[in-house]
Amino acid sequence: MSEYAIQMLGITKTFPGIIANDNVNLEVRKNEVLAILGENGAGKSTLMSVLFGAYPPDAGKILINGKEEKITDPNVATKLGIGMVHQHFKLVHNYTVTENIVLGREPRNKAGILSLKDAEKRVGELSDKYGLMVDPRAKIDDITVGQQQRVEILKTLYSDSDIIILDEPTAVLTPQEIDELMEIIRTLKKEGKTIVLITHKLKEIMAVADRCTVLRRGKYIGTIDITPETSEQELATMMVGRAVKFDIDKAPCNPGKVLLEIKDITVKDSMGVSKVKDLSLSVRAGEIVGIAGVDGNGQTELLYALSGLSKVEKGQIIMDGEDITNLSIKERIERGLGHIPEDRQKHGLVGGFTVAENCVLKDYYSDKYTGRMGVLKYGEITKHSDALIEQFDIRSGQGSVTLAGSLSGGNQQKVIVAREISLSPKVLLVAQPTRGLDVGAIEYIRKRLVAERDKGRAILLVSFELDEIMNLCDRIAAISKGQIVGVFNEGEKTSSEIGLMMAGIKSKEAK
Amino acid sequence: MIGTISTIMMLAAPILIIATGGMICERSGVTNVGLDGLMSIGACTAAIVHQLMEAAGVGRISLTVALLVAALVSMLISVLHAIASVDLKADQTISGTGINLLAAGITVFACQRIYGTDRSTEFKMGMVKDGLGFYPTLYIAIVVVVLAWFLLYKTPFGMHLRACGEHPAAADSVGINVRRIRYIGVLSSGFLGGLAGGCAVLTQTIQYTNTFVNGRGFIALAAVAFGRWTPLGVTGASLLFGTSLALSTISAMTPALKAIPTQVFNIIPYLVTLIALVIFSGRDYAPKAVGIPYEKGSS
Amino acid sequence: MEKRIKKEKKPFIDWFLSSNGATSVAVVILGFLAGVVLLLCIGKNPMGLFTSIGQSIFGKSSKAGGWNFRTVGDTLMFSVPYVLCGLSMAFANRVGLFNIGAEGQYTMGMLAAHIVAVCIPSFPGQWLLCILVALLVGALWGGVVGFLKAKYKVSEVVATIMLNYVALYLYPLICLNLLPEATVNKSGRTADLAEGSLLTKILFEGSNFNIGFIFMILAVVVFWFIMEKTRLGFGLRATGFNKNAARCSGINDTGNITLAMAISGAFAGVAGAIILLGSVRYSKILTAQDNYGFMGIAVALVGNSKALGCLLAGYLFGVLKSAYSIMQGLGIPKEVVNIIQGLIVIFISFRSGLKLIEDKRSKAKIRSIKEKSGESPKAEKEAQK
Repeated sequence: MSEYAIQMLGITKTFPGIIANDNVNLEVRKNEVLAILGENGAGKSTLMSVLFGAYPPDAGKILINGKEEKITDPNVATKLGIGMVHQHFKLVHNYTVTENIVLGREPRNKAGILSLKDAEKRVGELSDKYGLMVDPRAKIDDITVGQQQRVEILKTLYSDSDIIILDEPTAVLTPQEIDELMEIIRTLKKEGKTIVLITHKLKEIMAVADRCTVLRRGKYIGTIDITPETSEQELATMMVGRAVKFDIDKAPCNPGKVLLEIKDITVKDSMGVSKVKDLSLSVRAGEIVGIAGVDGNGQTELLYALSGLSKVEKGQIIMDGEDITNLSIKERIERGLGHIPEDRQKHGLVGGFTVAENCVLKDYYSDKYTGRMGVLKYGEITKHSDALIEQFDIRSGQGSVTLAGSLSGGNQQKVIVAREISLSPKVLLVAQPTRGLDVGAIEYIRKRLVAERDKGRAILLVSFELDEIMNLCDRIAAISKGQIVGVFNEGEKTSSEIGLMMAGIKSKEAK
Repeated sequence: MIGTISTIMMLAAPILIIATGGMICERSGVTNVGLDGLMSIGACTAAIVHQLMEAAGVGRISLTVALLVAALVSMLISVLHAIASVDLKADQTISGTGINLLAAGITVFACQRIYGTDRSTEFKMGMVKDGLGFYPTLYIAIVVVVLAWFLLYKTPFGMHLRACGEHPAAADSVGINVRRIRYIGVLSSGFLGGLAGGCAVLTQTIQYTNTFVNGRGFIALAAVAFGRWTPLGVTGASLLFGTSLALSTISAMTPALKAIPTQVFNIIPYLVTLIALVIFSGRDYAPKAVGIPYEKGSS
Repeated sequence: MEKRIKKEKKPFIDWFLSSNGATSVAVVILGFLAGVVLLLCIGKNPMGLFTSIGQSIFGKSSKAGGWNFRTVGDTLMFSVPYVLCGLSMAFANRVGLFNIGAEGQYTMGMLAAHIVAVCIPSFPGQWLLCILVALLVGALWGGVVGFLKAKYKVSEVVATIMLNYVALYLYPLICLNLLPEATVNKSGRTADLAEGSLLTKILFEGSNFNIGFIFMILAVVVFWFIMEKTRLGFGLRATGFNKNAARCSGINDTGNITLAMAISGAFAGVAGAIILLGSVRYSKILTAQDNYGFMGIAVALVGNSKALGCLLAGYLFGVLKSAYSIMQGLGIPKEVVNIIQGLIVIFISFRSGLKLIEDKRSKAKIRSIKEKSGESPKAEKEAQK
């Protein structure tokens, strides 16, 4: 018998424009807890999708218990005893716990009628055995997110999986639930299961992992043993790497008056959960303030509140001395608020519109583009977008009349950046501006943002990539669980120190 | 009094049958705006089959045969909707609308071919009431809705079907064939739509005309929404709509109500539905994935 | 690399798959083919289908051999409600809404015109007032649905269907109980429409062709102007394509949804008025749906929700309706027309299948470029551009 439960050797997987996995090795020993550490976009989820047969790797092989296997779809993986707890749960909301667990392999009596009694009993027993504390008859709608996750774990246990993969399991949990999950993982190990924990939180790795494999930008960096002596700094450095400097000519920042002031705001998400709590931050003219943090810590909700997409429960937003807390989106735009949104397909562009139309999406009704009787001056609009295409080097098949939806990601982002910058905003909100773009576009967009800063704009940048924040920002605010846990000037902290804060360790401890 | 209840049941039974079909279809994740057309096809088929067999002197068995043929023909037509909405990921409202338009042509075409006019020739005797004053269609409707409840909630198949309407990715992840289930959903609505049409035409009239169904498929669609996609709710909604359809007939016979124009009673069910939709708009009872084509690999 | 690809002519199949106009034409041809096959199956000469269509377009009678311009005018007039209801559906469609309610909006427009034409004593130009009131009432009937959709998220499909039936019964309810009765032949009639409210017949002698046609042309122009030329249309189209991005850009998406349904209803309302004022002197009461609203859905789909597309598709449907009666004379079952129309809509819904093929082809193309060049993914990216 092999020493390893899973061996993924030399896995390479490319998508148009991105090498998601570049010759990655992953070896999981039997009955260990192996953590896979990496930032967003490091290639962790691609690797798991390959393991589960969602798409075939371009190169490399997979061995399960020492035997090479071709995994063509998730069912094959399940048969091989691998269970996955997805980040986004695959649970039917109006079914009970047991119904979800048995879905697809329902126990039935001789007449073919559902008979869940025995299954409920077994789910209850499994729940007790592993300390999961889940009521087999509760409806998914009625239980907490933490419990829902444990239902997913129960699913894998119910099908006798020996290898359980947890994908970012703590992203959606409260601190208390996280502690409970750590305990569950220990119990699972004690009962002989092999656990793979995908995460970017160092604390969890220190808490439960035996070993840790680090990925960065699709590459395998290394695997180290986790002992109480392992330094978190070392792990953090492995995760974020040495800050790769794109040579951006960035003059020292010369901040002016405060243009954006956020005062004690609280924002709830659509489910009514407070995602931003009493958050305060200010951005001055001529500086870039970066919000560093792990995805899901309230960044999205903060930007929604600032741009006007969702309302503020409590607190104030003041732009250039004026309270904009209750203004409409349009009024905020007219007062000089620019926004490069996180989801460029959903919020940034109208894919069915031409590049030209997208360039004037926010001011098409102004006198510049609209004449008598509300008739659009398409001549002016095209002239404007031709200029922006030239100025921002937007590559589009047919120039201004190209449909925005048919552009590559980098060029779509350039259209948005061009539009926002051309509106000369006082304050520019920027979220994940370079996600999924190629190197050339990344460099270009970063340069542009610095140029805007030098023109005296106040820029608030949210990014899940620490590199980007370190490269661009004059001040950095680390965010965790909807609160700012520390603000410091450029160069004051190393990336691993900030990484620790993002991971939820307060700045004092980090020192 | 008995007469009133009998009229209500006569009108409510076909609505309940077709609404049950619509419910199954929507619970599998496909919306079916074409119910009205499917019901027309069923009604037309049943009227023709029954009339021809009656004329040939087959006897009362022709009623049963007519219902079955009606259900099967309508199910066959619903395959078009299944192909469009399940395989080709089409806009389900559009293909349903297409079914409705097609049904308008096919039914009259069939009557023209067979009878040389736009309507079917009158049959002599449709279904007859039993000792209690009810048509057999009432019992058919009860059987259909109980069977649907049993299938949806008591069998593994039902669990699969409901899962496909709520979270097809979850169903897919445990090896359930979403495509197969949705096909079954659409075909069930075709079968029951045809059966409902047959039940209606064999109890309420003596021939098929192109205005016979008159939007009752749409009423059924509303009954599904009003009944919150559950067998019990749909039964209640169908009874309500049956009652208000009956009201216009009843009011003509009741002196106290005679003063009120019948159209007032005609309007009530539609207004009630609309108001109900507004009142219950806060909570969404519709299957979460209804109307959305399932792409494999999406989460 | 970039330039070379640009110069390369697109293969026909790619052009065809990406062109909405071309697929529409193909769908119509396919519908007719199905009709021909059907006729062959029942042993009829399918040529009759086309001669009657030819006759309704050009007026050349196949039997008498002469030219009859009356038919030409009638055909044009037949297409008026189709075009208007098509525009109604198309307008909503461009804003991302599915307006099944043109039927009800049409009915309400007709009712409004009916009331004005019966209750107000005749005066010159009364027809204009009738049309105007019909327009407003149609807009109201549609706008309510838009409001419910925007404010309470009530499905516009179910809501419009309900209002269709409310309108259908409201028509006789009001006409039979509140309007002055006809003096002779009372049953199911109101008093005659006022002389001044009737639409003047023009051009084609003996035909039903009237100034209502001008309103239709006007409506096509207005549709095109609002949608394609004005800032209003810009905001509406943005909402239709991507509600979220529109909202994020400061466009009032909920207001646009209400407005779009109202304008959509206005088109259908006008159709109702033109049908009433242009076809009958005395006024009979609507007892069943005229189905123009439903056919409007088909018109908009075939016309790709564009002004010109709706005009052409609406005319096609008008021609079919006109041919309907001629076909009977030739012994061709006229219901073939309805079947063709239904199939056209179903084929249109199949069109999304073409998109699947298109996606597959473009993916395959990227793959083949990748294999050919054998270069790093970066080069791949370039090739894609």
